Amino acid sequence: MKPMLNVALPKGRLGEKVYAMFEKAGFECPSIKENNRKLIFENETVGVRYFWVKPSDVAIYVERGAADIGVAGKDILLEYEPDIYELLDLDIGKCRMAVAAKEDFRDDPQNTLRVATKFSNIAQNYYASKGREIDIIHLNGSIEIAPILGLSDVIVDIVETGTTLKENNLKVFETIVPISARLIANKASYKFKSASIDAIVDSIRCQMESKDD
Amino acid sequence: MMTDQANVWRNEELAVFRLRSLYRGRGYAPYKMSKFEEYDLYARNKHFLVSENVITFTDTNGKLMALKPDVTLSIIKNTKDAAGELQKLYYDENVYRVSKGTRAFRELMQVGLECIGDVDDYCVCEVLSLAADSLAEISADYVLDVSDLSLLGAVMEDLQVNEAAKAELLHCIGEKNLHGVREIARREGANEEALAKLCTLVGYDLPLAAGVDALRSELPEYEKQIAHLANICRALGAKADKMRLDFSVVNDMSYYNGIVFKGFVNGVPAGVLSGGQYDGLMQKMGRSARAIGFAVYLDLLERFGATAPEFDVDAVLLYRDGCDMMALVAAAETLRAQNKCVTVCKKMPEGLKCKELLVFENGEVKTLETNA
Repeated sequence: MKPMLNVALPKGRLGEKVYAMFEKAGFECPSIKENNRKLIFENETVGVRYFWVKPSDVAIYVERGAADIGVAGKDILLEYEPDIYELLDLDIGKCRMAVAAKEDFRDDPQNTLRVATKFSNIAQNYYASKGREIDIIHLNGSIEIAPILGLSDVIVDIVETGTTLKENNLKVFETIVPISARLIANKASYKFKSASIDAIVDSIRCQMESKDD
Repeated sequence: MMTDQANVWRNEELAVFRLRSLYRGRGYAPYKMSKFEEYDLYARNKHFLVSENVITFTDTNGKLMALKPDVTLSIIKNTKDAAGELQKLYYDENVYRVSKGTRAFRELMQVGLECIGDVDDYCVCEVLSLAADSLAEISADYVLDVSDLSLLGAVMEDLQVNEAAKAELLHCIGEKNLHGVREIARREGANEEALAKLCTLVGYDLPLAAGVDALRSELPEYEKQIAHLANICRALGAKADKMRLDFSVVNDMSYYNGIVFKGFVNGVPAGVLSGGQYDGLMQKMGRSARAIGFAVYLDLLERFGATAPEFDVDAVLLYRDGCDMMALVAAAETLRAQNKCVTVCKKMPEGLKCKELLVFENGEVKTLETNA
């Protein structure tokens, strides 16, 4: 029997797009398209098992070896710094990690900058590289209201179209890093399942190149 | 249920015995050290440590001490430079490190060896060979990734970028992140020719011998470094078959130089063995000797290949107050003589799973329940 390749896909639209790429690479699993609440799907014939997980958990599944490969946003990789291989930039799910604040915000370097964010590690590394003293306020959602209510001076968050910021009278002041989805692999799995993993990587790379053409 | 070694010993304990025997057989001397070390040793070399957090306490003499987070630093401190001499040592010790997941300290079992002194290519081959044999003691299905930091360093030097960019590049190389390497190199205006060569190196994941051949045809201008790697590969002979040339093994280049390596076993989700030449660390510690060594992380073997036994014991033998004690002891011994694991008690322990539930009554053993 073929060894199963375990693939962690992020739940949602991004995951569906990624599955289509895997399917084109010859790792199809028709049962995944059935309309049900199952989370694990496998196709023994081609030797693949997919599971839907919360996008922010994909890196953990891969780092700990529960998944051999997976697709995670660069934001998650920068925040959690998992010990994995980052094999491909899939060039989808594109957005940016940015510093935003109220439109009239002026940074006073004499004060400690209060930064509200879900991405404490990214914010800390960014401001450390600039030598700016900050106070991190870790929030789990609705980050945009923090500067409006005076909880923070700025926010560090993902910006896709900027509509939410605009509607809350905020604007982007700095872009920290562009974000996109990455194909990642567990380091040990890559040693023992490299044939399947390389086949997927090569096929997806070809798909991306033919799209560019 | 057999009460033999395989059942009683845990995976990591079995590995310790096997590895000790392996290293002893190759002439390495055991090295035993104190649980504590002066904190200053780690504070001065904190970037060498896997995790920089250290458990400290003040000793009765006022000295700040630490529970050792690492063994190599202590060994270096306690060996001496002597021209032409070589010390070959092995250890099995517990170290105290912060676990990434829980961010709490854990006691971890670690076995390893160090070769300190007049280290030449023979020593490098011997240590690489012992690393491969150590992995083989754990599982036949293993891979030892080998990289050469002197070659990687030479190619990175030709990129003509600053040290901060090199550190960023090294991080991407460790992740096989070719798109990241290209992005940083272009941002820093790196030499395009050297970048193409670096990408060639990062893309390698080949059997060691084939990798050396590929290097010779694709990067002939680095023949000096390649020749060194080729010599080692040739001397390793068949041992090189399970080694792969993979430049994603990137230990800190300010401590490590030359050959570095990482071992993987199928079924364990992280590298179980890590090592390399660390002349840079020796120099930082004011030593002129050269050194190479590796550590095997036994905590990772805890769940490797382990299957939970169906039963906790073969039999539970119940008895009542006032029964004939001599006859009870004899009955239990009779069961144990049949190679059964037997628990003798008055009440069935809660949650215990047994194949047979027996009772000792009127001088006889009767079966109450059979679960097999």
